[in-house]
Amino acid sequence: MTTNDTREITVTVDGRRETGVVSDRTLLVHWLRDALDKRGPKIGCDTGNCGACTVRWNGTLVKSCMVLAVQVDGDEIETAASLAEEDGTLSRLQQCFADHHALQCGYCTSGMLMTAADLLASGEEITEHSVRRALKGHVCRCTGYHNIVKAIRAAAGQEVPPPHGSEPREAEVR
Amino acid sequence: MTIEQTRPDTRRFTGKAMPRKEDARLLKAQGEFGDDTPVANLAYMAFVRSPYAHARIVDIDVSAAEKVDGYLGCLLPDEVAELTDPYAELQGPPGDAEVDRCLAAGGKVRFSGEPVVAVAATSREAARDAAAAVVVDYEPLPHVVDTRKAVEPDAPLVHDQVGCNVAFESTFDWGDIDFALENADHVIEVDELHFHRFSSTPLECTAITAEYDAGTDTFTFTGGFATPQLATLNLAGALRHPTNKLRVLSKDIGGSFGIKLNTHIPATAAALLARKLGRPIRWTETRTESHQMGGHGNERWFRNVKMALQSDGTVLGLSYEALDDVGAYTRYEPLGAVIWTQVANACYQLKHLRVHYRSVYTNKCPTHPNRGYSRTQHLWLVERMMDIAAHKLGFDPVEFRMKNYIQPDQYPYTTVNGCVYDSGNLPESLRKALELIDYEEARQLQRAAAGTGKRIGIGIGSTLDSGTNNFGQARLLNPHLPFGGNSEAALVRLGIDGAVYATTGAVAFGQGHETTISQVVADELGVSYDDVHVQRGSDSGLSAQMGLSGSYASQFAVTGIGAMLNATRKLAAEIKQVAAAVLGVKPEEIELADGKARVVGDAEKALPLSDVAGIVHFSPASLPREVAENVGLVGRAVYSAPFDLPDLERKYGNLTLTYATQIHACVVEIDEETGQTTLLRYAMVDDCGTPINPMVIEGQVHGATAHGISAALFEDMAYDENGQLRAGNFYDYHAATAFDLPSFRYANVVSPSPFTPIGAKGMGEGGGAPLQAISAAIQDAVGDSAAVLDSFNPPERVLRLLRGLNAEKVKVIR
Repeated sequence: MTTNDTREITVTVDGRRETGVVSDRTLLVHWLRDALDKRGPKIGCDTGNCGACTVRWNGTLVKSCMVLAVQVDGDEIETAASLAEEDGTLSRLQQCFADHHALQCGYCTSGMLMTAADLLASGEEITEHSVRRALKGHVCRCTGYHNIVKAIRAAAGQEVPPPHGSEPREAEVR
Repeated sequence: MTIEQTRPDTRRFTGKAMPRKEDARLLKAQGEFGDDTPVANLAYMAFVRSPYAHARIVDIDVSAAEKVDGYLGCLLPDEVAELTDPYAELQGPPGDAEVDRCLAAGGKVRFSGEPVVAVAATSREAARDAAAAVVVDYEPLPHVVDTRKAVEPDAPLVHDQVGCNVAFESTFDWGDIDFALENADHVIEVDELHFHRFSSTPLECTAITAEYDAGTDTFTFTGGFATPQLATLNLAGALRHPTNKLRVLSKDIGGSFGIKLNTHIPATAAALLARKLGRPIRWTETRTESHQMGGHGNERWFRNVKMALQSDGTVLGLSYEALDDVGAYTRYEPLGAVIWTQVANACYQLKHLRVHYRSVYTNKCPTHPNRGYSRTQHLWLVERMMDIAAHKLGFDPVEFRMKNYIQPDQYPYTTVNGCVYDSGNLPESLRKALELIDYEEARQLQRAAAGTGKRIGIGIGSTLDSGTNNFGQARLLNPHLPFGGNSEAALVRLGIDGAVYATTGAVAFGQGHETTISQVVADELGVSYDDVHVQRGSDSGLSAQMGLSGSYASQFAVTGIGAMLNATRKLAAEIKQVAAAVLGVKPEEIELADGKARVVGDAEKALPLSDVAGIVHFSPASLPREVAENVGLVGRAVYSAPFDLPDLERKYGNLTLTYATQIHACVVEIDEETGQTTLLRYAMVDDCGTPINPMVIEGQVHGATAHGISAALFEDMAYDENGQLRAGNFYDYHAATAFDLPSFRYANVVSPSPFTPIGAKGMGEGGGAPLQAISAAIQDAVGDSAAVLDSFNPPERVLRLLRGLNAEKVKVIR
């Protein structure tokens, strides 16, 4: 059976207070996307496997397709739209994604960035293995992950080879 | 064939790893994908789908749906039959009797997941509730899921009116394989091999918004359409609506890989509802729906396979029978029946080839042209047979391939069926790949593993990525089809401020078209990379498209870029005319560099492009009349690939313009106790001619590699005996994650194509080399006591291989 009960929620999304009336069954990802036009969280599956909808809920990473909008009433949500600097400049992590060609169609990217930012902030040792393990709840069907792993390691300050065809001078700057 | 090519080393941006223009918006979550766009008064569509593989529809009751809050209306099969025409079929009789519509046609459902009713409501949730409330009464019918059973005389018919389950049948016979098999030193026979079903499963499922504007009687579709003009034709036919009142748009698309070539089918249902209800309709496919009907790659059985070869290791040719499982409807099919012939020779100097090919209906999801469409299957078969022959006859697997590869001095190489391989260096590519996996050391590792409970295997994959196809090959399927050659269009203009605007007919879904177009246009006009603005997405209403426009068949680097170069040259000629008039010289004395039109040899005499634009746009009276009247600062051009129609009698002719190659090599470790395969080393060497952006190319190679590895080890769109899909979500259909894959070892070889505008070749599909390399590596690990005869090798099959699976199916006749 379904319910059409609605209630009002107030949520801080990417630093802004947002109020909305949602049905009890509305998924957080749908509220963020449909009511607020937040394009960071994407839907790539119905089962919590693909990670494209990953956001931060009160500082903790969560797949927003696995959360009801009513659950976050009074809380704080951060989407990938909050990652860039206020003037629109890419963050170091985002810049590393661009430098290392860590995105193609860009559909999984917001989710990848959320998890990568969380990993980098966690203090965990960044290795090829730890990055791959951290990304295991995400699916990308374009990149084969190789460049995503490189970009995250570069963002952690590690030396990684520049993309194929880069000029040596550019590589040093990177 | 000679064509004018610009030397790549004289170019500023082309050939460099320029950062991508698409990235900033995508990284900042500011892209606009199919489900992103806010639309006023939007309604949502959901489908009621068949739970049966094959059933007669007895009754449909929507009364409970009508009571759902937010319900707006629905679309029933009878209504669709009345309002639409069936989609055109490519095949001739008897397969052309198939009737395919956007909802189950002819009172039957033919696969589990087939849409039966479309329901619209004011919210996503209400649409789903209303769909769930629709009651359909079915009478189950006998079904067929195994292709081999589908061709037996007593098999249940998927389409009664066709009279059999074979949609298309043809024998391709080049050379004299009977003579070769009779006289060769050695003949190897394999009873049966199987190439399994899988799908590239783009992460963005299909999303479509259909809007109907009553004032102009026009439908506008926004979403993932990989071939906008073909989609328009299909929609026009189905909707009985003039093409000039249909517009197909896309913005950002979250992957396609060929899967989104049939978006017109659900779009037809959305259009009918949009018109009926007077509201824009959005359909956002769920992951499960995408797996049920979003399109699978072709599953193929190869039977009675015979290979003839000489005692010195020279392969003469092969023959086989193919049963290709196209599922319940031929949507892009049965084109696969001829598409594989683009790579008839695979990478080898075969002289004789005979294939008896049947495209077969089953009660399963229809196939779509999945990455490497139809060539991957044939390439896997040939490479598998090469590998089996090497094992069985004791040839060194490396030397055997090296010897039989088409050699660098043989290009351009004409295949058994008249295709012309343009360029390549397969031996060098294989040498590089083996270096990358440290082949000799890996062999030592293999010997050292003996008796440890682990097995080491080394495998090679040799593939071609044929690009820019000659649509004339469709006539091999049906001589009445009006296709031949291939072309793409482009539009380049100088805006009022001197900025350059470029629009391509191609459709991007991650390949970086905005980037590569900017590179070549900037070089051609002598402007900076940032001065070129490429329109995102595609628009069928603009003259930048040709009938065959779109992204498929690995061709953008040739057709898309070729058209862009031609258009840019037209614009450059106009710029030179204006500058010449202003500077008082002849147009041929003008060169374009540093953002200026300047007189050759006199850099002082120059006009910035912004001035050229300003004069034309705002002060045409300053120009001589003949210039003002002729110059619009717009270059619109096509690139038409140099093709002839194939000889239909002999099934002979050049079917593809370019052949990129990918050679892969890998080292796997197999756990004898669990059958688990672990990739220890994975290398790929790509050769796609002159690179436009090496970074983008490497990224495409990575992606195709991940698809192939994942398909070989994890992905199987299998059906159970009841015709139920076993892999309806990402739990049951495991698309590889970062944790499943190794770090890749990549290198490239550059063999410029002599046939294309800048020596580049289309690439991106990859040819499925990982399926070959992993099959070969597992074979190498288990040795001769078993035979790897399936492209899918999960742990349970590897365990059976360790116990001798299929050894008896491979016979050395002599």
